[in-house]
Amino acid sequence: MSTETIKTTYREAIRAAIREALLRDERVFLMGEDVGRYGGCFAVSKGLLDEFGPERIRDTPLSESAFVGAGIGAAMGGVRPIVEIMTVNFSLLALDQIVNNAATILHMSGGQFNIPLVIRMTTGAGRQLAAQHSHSLEGWYAHIPGIKVLTPATLEDARGMLRPALEDPDPVLIFENGLLYNMEGELAADAGAVDISKAAIRRSGKDLSLITYGGTLFKTLQAAEGLAHEGIDAEVIDLRTLRPLDTATIVASVGRTHRAVIVDEGWRSGSISAEIMARIMENAFFELDAPVARVCSAEVPMPYPKHLEDAAIPQAPGIVAAARRVVRGHE
Amino acid sequence: MPKMVIETCSVEWLQILDEDGICDEELRPPLSNEEIKKLFESMVLARTFDEKAFKLQREGRLGTYASIYGQEAAQVGSAFALRPADWMFPAFREPGASFVRGLPIHMILQYWAGDERGSQIPEGLNDFPITIPVATQIPIAVGVALAAKVKGDPIAVMAYMGDGATSKGDFHEGLNFAGVFSAPVVFVCQNNQWAISVPLKRQTAAKTLAQKAFAYGFPGIRVDGNDVFAVYRAASEALNRAKAGKGPTLIECLTYRLGDHTTADDASRYRSREEVEQWKTKDPIRRLKKYMEKRNLWSEAYDQAVRSNAKEKVERAVRVEESLPPPDPRDIFGFTFEELTAELKEQMENFLKVDGKERSESKDVLYG
Repeated sequence: MSTETIKTTYREAIRAAIREALLRDERVFLMGEDVGRYGGCFAVSKGLLDEFGPERIRDTPLSESAFVGAGIGAAMGGVRPIVEIMTVNFSLLALDQIVNNAATILHMSGGQFNIPLVIRMTTGAGRQLAAQHSHSLEGWYAHIPGIKVLTPATLEDARGMLRPALEDPDPVLIFENGLLYNMEGELAADAGAVDISKAAIRRSGKDLSLITYGGTLFKTLQAAEGLAHEGIDAEVIDLRTLRPLDTATIVASVGRTHRAVIVDEGWRSGSISAEIMARIMENAFFELDAPVARVCSAEVPMPYPKHLEDAAIPQAPGIVAAARRVVRGHE
Repeated sequence: MPKMVIETCSVEWLQILDEDGICDEELRPPLSNEEIKKLFESMVLARTFDEKAFKLQREGRLGTYASIYGQEAAQVGSAFALRPADWMFPAFREPGASFVRGLPIHMILQYWAGDERGSQIPEGLNDFPITIPVATQIPIAVGVALAAKVKGDPIAVMAYMGDGATSKGDFHEGLNFAGVFSAPVVFVCQNNQWAISVPLKRQTAAKTLAQKAFAYGFPGIRVDGNDVFAVYRAASEALNRAKAGKGPTLIECLTYRLGDHTTADDASRYRSREEVEQWKTKDPIRRLKKYMEKRNLWSEAYDQAVRSNAKEKVERAVRVEESLPPPDPRDIFGFTFEELTAELKEQMENFLKVDGKERSESKDVLYG
């Protein structure tokens, strides 16, 4: 990798990945609501219609079940659709196609029909979009065998996860946390595909493991910096892929730090955070020096007022407080 | 600012061969004698299979089975119009169409016997497996059609559904999507007038199902679903239209489910014997037979030969199906992802051990 970098945003990194995919493989096309003339509801595909035309940047009717189902069929039929769903909440209208079809057709056909479909969608809160546009349901999808669930949290992953997703013979869901689109930073000029099979340690530490993904990664890193000033050296794990989950990296980290806090913007009951706790219990129980804790969203429909929404989702101070409790037994 | 009619909708009804075997020769599709015989033989095979499957279920040799009794023409006539390169998406009441396509008969038995290998469509056959969830195959079929269009493949997709499916969201979303993108797809609705116990008038207040296509910007036609010539003609025209880039068509085949919904149902609880008897007079096989008789294409000897040939094929399929070894328990893990994930591998290894012993591949242990 060259040392030359460019200044970019998470949004631009995803756009660059889509653009590269369209240039690389003529079978690739993007479809969804407002992806063409409007440039995507979160401006991810802005400019792509002009460059690639309406056959490859395809505005669809407002029919989640139809364009996800058609994406399944198109993938079966030998092309490589990238389906954009405006938000994870709207993906519920296509839940049957995702869970009952995309995830099962390989099994139902005895291995005859792969579904190399990529579905991208926005997830998460923090933009005052209220209770029907703001939830974090990626953990729900991670419950389903037969689909892979990716949650890019860094510019490198925003840029690099699409290619392995498109090359994957199985259906892949990519969750883009809406708070990240404007995140700006430096990215290697030649950044490209990344490995999606492993979690990443974004910060090494010896006192506890902070385990997170997606929109809460940067908040967790911020919390870790704060903890460092207090003499608590936190390791931060970015899960990156929620299914299949990289249990080995989690267990190895807990084996070193003996303490863990899980940070997840989803609701806690029956969640991915609960699953991670269960895996720590199954695989690292005797390594633990304190009960595992978690920081999740309040279990309410997402509030609309800004101050209440901010208070309802994980923030750095709450992560710091949870870490203190786990390390010191008090805040 | 005048008030005026800016759009009207008309629905055509097509019948070529009536209940007495009287044929409108002008409308009759240009089929050779051999092809007409093939239609007859395919319908007899479908019915022979159906009768056998019903008996097997009653003998405990097959799981729940959905009968096609009375609907043979709708299935055979439509599938007969497909080319091998075209795609076919069945719902779950189309074995007649599947056999025309070339699916081995024993695979449909396997399917209903609870063996998923019955859905392992042989290489080279562009058929989707049986779809039980109602209407969910429609958007997928449209997607395959869209892919063909994108790639410039000169093929079309045929998607089957029942009348109940026309009330589902996937029907409306799928047809609308197909209309917008002018996808090369033909929707064949087998309107057998009953969705389990729900009659057609509880599915829709519309006079026909065909007219629903009109709202999506493409033609819909109602054909006599018990008239194999009408079904074939409508399907051929629709497929040609699709392949010529003119977009989708909805074909409503008006037919009747002479049997129960499935072997788990007793239709006498919700519909009259008179209604069923009335529809028996419209039998699709009998009317083609009458026509063929007039054309000297049918004789008692021919009929005997066709029926015994069909019976032999079905009996052979039963023997094949019943002599297959049980599926390998590993198979349940093999097709979740293209490659076994680390966690699935671990789960499979645990699954293969029962009480510390290797899980045998015998049926008893597998299902016991």
